[in-house]
Amino acid sequence: VSVGGGDEVEGQILEWRAYVHRREELHTADAEELEDHLRNRITELTQAGLRPDEAFLIAVKRMGSLDDVSREFAREHSERLWKQLVLPAEPDSAAALRSRREFWVMVLCAVVAALAIKVPGWFGRDIVGDDAAFYARNLSLFVLPALAAYFAWQRRIGVRVIGVLALLFVLGAVAANAYPMRDDSQTLVLTAIHLPLALWLVVGAAYVGGEWRSERRRMDFIRFTGEWLIYFVLLGLGGGVLMAITVGTFNAIGVHAEDVVASWVLPCGAMGGVIVAAWLVEAKQSVIENMAPVLTRIFTPLFATALVAFLVAIVWTSNGIDVERDALILFDLLLVIVLGLLLYAISARDPATPPGLFDRTQLALVVTALIIDLLVLVAIAGRIAEFGFTANKSAALGENVILLVNLAGSAWFLLGFLRGRLPFARLERWQTRYLLVYAVWAWSVVLAFPLVFDFA
Amino acid sequence: MHITKDLVAASATPLVLGLLAEGESYGYAILKQVNELSGGQLEWTDGLLYPLLHRLERVGHVESAWEVPPGGRRRKYYRITDQGRAELAEQRRQWAAVVDALRGVWTTTLSVKPITVPVWTAGL
Repeated sequence: VSVGGGDEVEGQILEWRAYVHRREELHTADAEELEDHLRNRITELTQAGLRPDEAFLIAVKRMGSLDDVSREFAREHSERLWKQLVLPAEPDSAAALRSRREFWVMVLCAVVAALAIKVPGWFGRDIVGDDAAFYARNLSLFVLPALAAYFAWQRRIGVRVIGVLALLFVLGAVAANAYPMRDDSQTLVLTAIHLPLALWLVVGAAYVGGEWRSERRRMDFIRFTGEWLIYFVLLGLGGGVLMAITVGTFNAIGVHAEDVVASWVLPCGAMGGVIVAAWLVEAKQSVIENMAPVLTRIFTPLFATALVAFLVAIVWTSNGIDVERDALILFDLLLVIVLGLLLYAISARDPATPPGLFDRTQLALVVTALIIDLLVLVAIAGRIAEFGFTANKSAALGENVILLVNLAGSAWFLLGFLRGRLPFARLERWQTRYLLVYAVWAWSVVLAFPLVFDFA
Repeated sequence: MHITKDLVAASATPLVLGLLAEGESYGYAILKQVNELSGGQLEWTDGLLYPLLHRLERVGHVESAWEVPPGGRRRKYYRITDQGRAELAEQRRQWAAVVDALRGVWTTTLSVKPITVPVWTAGL
């Protein structure tokens, strides 16, 4: 059909078409259908006596705002996955207002956290110098209160719950700083590791809006933790590239930016990143939900294979596990990763789906981890029998027992689920209830260990 | 006269199905027919007709095919299915009930005088 208006309108239609193409909601066929419509409208209007360019303007106007049209298309074709990324918010709706406000509160919390880590510096605590121990034990205290405050605001938590949360943060701060631990003592290192865990669970209480009894909300928090970790690592990678390039380019013009980067960009960026990652999890929830299950599905079989290979190697060479301290920490880390994979897979799983190959792989992973954990426990027990209890060995023993019990329970419930005897929800409940064990353990390491081991 | 968005949205499905029941058609022609039938009073945003057509296709009320009319551009034609006809009949029953009820209301209220402005708003 000739538009009857020369090349100028053809050019305009081409431009319009290119503009439509940028909308990912609109597939090529949709764009073609809309273009056909546009051409019909232009033909009609020019036949009625309008100039082609006038007709084009009116036809485009009558098509409606592309935002509206593409939103309707996205709504209709919800299977087009990127929908969540591009669906523009309804203009002027209360939700848009709220999400804008959430954004600014998040920015405020991130700035507070980023500045908080600089405050001790103004009182002579040098972040790159001798006060590394001070920062190590207090690191989580700079950022996690701001994160908890963000959730407290967002979830509209009551005053009483806020009071409890604040009290716990104060308790953590007192334990980390009032105990006379030497900078190179084991208990200080243990505090530096366990205080973030303990406080992260306090953040969890804020995350669930004070409903810490609710198992569904606890599961949400577990899921949040996994997604937060992914976002934080992504932000960290990007930040690392940014810092490396900054230092490099400044060096090229003879300016040394290392100090600024080390004393400002890195600490402030890391603290702010914690908050931003948490906000991203909330704001872009559906994006990562598609990615994290994929990651667990890739790595669960890989880790299972690696662990089986490791066990075979132990049997083959009949070597016991080396009881060097570094090696034990490595094993603890491995078990924590296995547990993380398991937790994440559970939190992302639809409880209604029947057992499948992936669940079997998971059981294999859990059982091999269980065996390795037993071997590690034997090694630790041997060391304790030989040299007696120390803070480090007691903590390692406790952690391995906790992991052992968790993995044993998980294996039991997974097996029951695979045999069709137990619903999947039992495994979920086992994990959500276990959060309490972690909380009790982390807090007792922070509060009781320095006293029990005389700050050694 | 301006017809509100809600009314336009509610009447869109039966209108499109009704027009397609007369024979296959394409987006622009449907829009023109709606415009003519309503004497230009039902104003649709052109672009929003297509998501509606796609929805009707997804639920199975209509089916579509790309055709090339002689000497023209490729164009997507829609045609009603049996399920669509059943849906149209159902919608007709519902709309008849609504129209009947409204007619009843109009005949009782038409005898009443038009609503007068309350005194307390007179100063505004």
